[in-house]
Amino acid sequence: MQTYFENPMTLNSFIVMLLVGVIVLMVVLGFVTYAIYFERKILGWMQLRIGPNRVGPFGLLQTVADILKLLLKEDTIPSRADRALFVLAPAIAFVPSFAVIATLPYTSNLYAANLNVGVLYFGALSSITTLGVVLGGWASNNKYSLLGGMRSAAQMISYEVPLILSMVGVILLSGSLNFKEIVDGQSGWFWNWNVFPQIVAFGVFLIASVSELNRTPFDLPEAESELVAGYHVEYSGFRFAFFMLAEYVYVFAMAAITTTLFLGGWHAPFPFLDFVPEIIWFILKFSCVVFFLIWLRGTMPRIRVDQLMGLAWKYLLPIALINIFVTALVKQFL
Amino acid sequence: MALRTEELLLNVGPQHPSTHGVFRIIVKLDGEVIKEAIPVMGYLHRGTEKLAENLTYTQIIPYTDRIDYVSAMTNNYVLCHTVEKLMSLEIPERAEYLRLIVMELQRIASHLVWWGTYLLDIGAMSPFLYAFRDREIIINLFNELCGARLTYFYMRVGGVKWDAPEGWIEKVREFIPYMRLKLKEYDELVSGNEIFLARIRGIGQYDAQTAIDYGLSGANLRCTGVKWDLRKDQPYSLYDRFDFDVPVGVNGDCYDRYNVRLAEIHQSLRILEQAIETIPSEGAIMGKVPRIVRPPEGEIYTAIESPRGEIGCYLVSRGKDKPFRLKFRRPSFVNLQILPKLLVGETMTNMITILGAIDIVVGEVDC
Repeated sequence: MQTYFENPMTLNSFIVMLLVGVIVLMVVLGFVTYAIYFERKILGWMQLRIGPNRVGPFGLLQTVADILKLLLKEDTIPSRADRALFVLAPAIAFVPSFAVIATLPYTSNLYAANLNVGVLYFGALSSITTLGVVLGGWASNNKYSLLGGMRSAAQMISYEVPLILSMVGVILLSGSLNFKEIVDGQSGWFWNWNVFPQIVAFGVFLIASVSELNRTPFDLPEAESELVAGYHVEYSGFRFAFFMLAEYVYVFAMAAITTTLFLGGWHAPFPFLDFVPEIIWFILKFSCVVFFLIWLRGTMPRIRVDQLMGLAWKYLLPIALINIFVTALVKQFL
Repeated sequence: MALRTEELLLNVGPQHPSTHGVFRIIVKLDGEVIKEAIPVMGYLHRGTEKLAENLTYTQIIPYTDRIDYVSAMTNNYVLCHTVEKLMSLEIPERAEYLRLIVMELQRIASHLVWWGTYLLDIGAMSPFLYAFRDREIIINLFNELCGARLTYFYMRVGGVKWDAPEGWIEKVREFIPYMRLKLKEYDELVSGNEIFLARIRGIGQYDAQTAIDYGLSGANLRCTGVKWDLRKDQPYSLYDRFDFDVPVGVNGDCYDRYNVRLAEIHQSLRILEQAIETIPSEGAIMGKVPRIVRPPEGEIYTAIESPRGEIGCYLVSRGKDKPFRLKFRRPSFVNLQILPKLLVGETMTNMITILGAIDIVVGEVDC
């Protein structure tokens, strides 16, 4: 793969890159389909329900049916909406979410692009989604979506800061912005994983990432009980599906990044378990993070918008900064 | 350069997930801060009081089921009790016991619905389903008793329609320790949650005088520390025979309303516990009531403690088999009057918290 990035583009390399892109897209779509299925199933079990069990064996095709339904739905645009922005917003929200997937390493050999500034690339691109959300909220010409869009802008910008700062601790520790090198630095026993030396950063990262994902307890932009559905009130059919898709692709990305930065990526917790394929370890850790997100949704009430801002600026940000300071000191003198 | 800002007029409801039915509020927002809130009611108005003027007393009872459909038993009772009082009827003891037991079960069921939906308003999904699991047991008990799950039509002027089937009392007895266990589970899951506390502490606060001025009753009044419960202060039915406390709050905020309601479930369980120990094992379930209920000429007002507060019934009789005028004092309607005052200066999010804590049932607001 790397050679294709370093050499000039030819028709041949274009086709290969397109194919790889399509394969990654398929993997991601497959993940999203079954992440939704598992979310509904696990939530169902937590809430004394059964969850989807009608379409296909064990309801496995439920999400496929849902997506098909969304595809077939009438595409409505409110008459007083800003048509161009209304159409553009879902795409703006989705494209960056898919683009950040490119740099994630799944095993030591399986990755799309080995980017030297992977962490930075992720931070920069993921902020663009906010733009799509705000645009969607604005262009719908609906007061509920406008409030949802505003909240979302405030929330995502506030939480981006502690999120990136909490990553800085990890970057200092491993001395690289490259996801692959960060994972390489965590080999050996499980106490080499960044989650232990960087436990504070891990806490900040986890809270900030749940907030970035707009999931419970930070699901204010779409707070169902207040804003009905927030920024995507007016969206239906496949445009709505794109927002949904962006959200779940970010769950994929965020779980993968948590695994990569803090949980040792594809490394086994004990060196003598190295014979187990790397991808198994990655999927295992990754699934734990996804399960954690679903678990939170089953447990927590929603935080209020002013409390949310207070949490980001008054607590998470100073903690992240102190963490960077301490990490730098330790790195310098020990 | 000064930015031009505008007030945002937002219409919340009648179709909104958190207005608990077809209630509507028009709010003027400055950013997310509410400048003014105008409640609009009447979307569920069915003219029960007018309809009642053309119905016999027994025919009115199913209409009362539908006033407050979350707590139909207490509504049944308030009508029957009023008519009985005007006719000075004697109610057999077993019938009165059965009424008391179903009313207390109904209070628990009603508070469970409130607890679940309130947490749903605050954004927690699961507690709603746990509350409905436990409410289901009560609903099934009622189903066994009178064949209905929501609108029971169980009580009659002079007694109750059906005697408890065999083993029913035992099932109520088994329910009490079960519910206590579940209440502990609720506390562990929700009551200490930091986010939850931050959301409801100090929100929607008012003092005792304000609450009395607005005519609030039920948990909305008791949360301010006023010990006023009609079961204690104007005992009706057999409440004076049982030992129970009236839980009160201190600060009069949403947190206190939450605690008062949960404590009331505990007290209802206490009453139930004593009632099923002392209920006569047999006896008549209908008093000596003439075939056609014809209260003597006169007027009367009685009030009882429904889960939402003081539900009253004002009856004017001209000696006919139909009331000349029937009027219900619906606690949801009266309690709602404080809402515009509480909402000014709050955010959109707090609006849902405050409205939820008042515990309205729109059927009762609009009647």
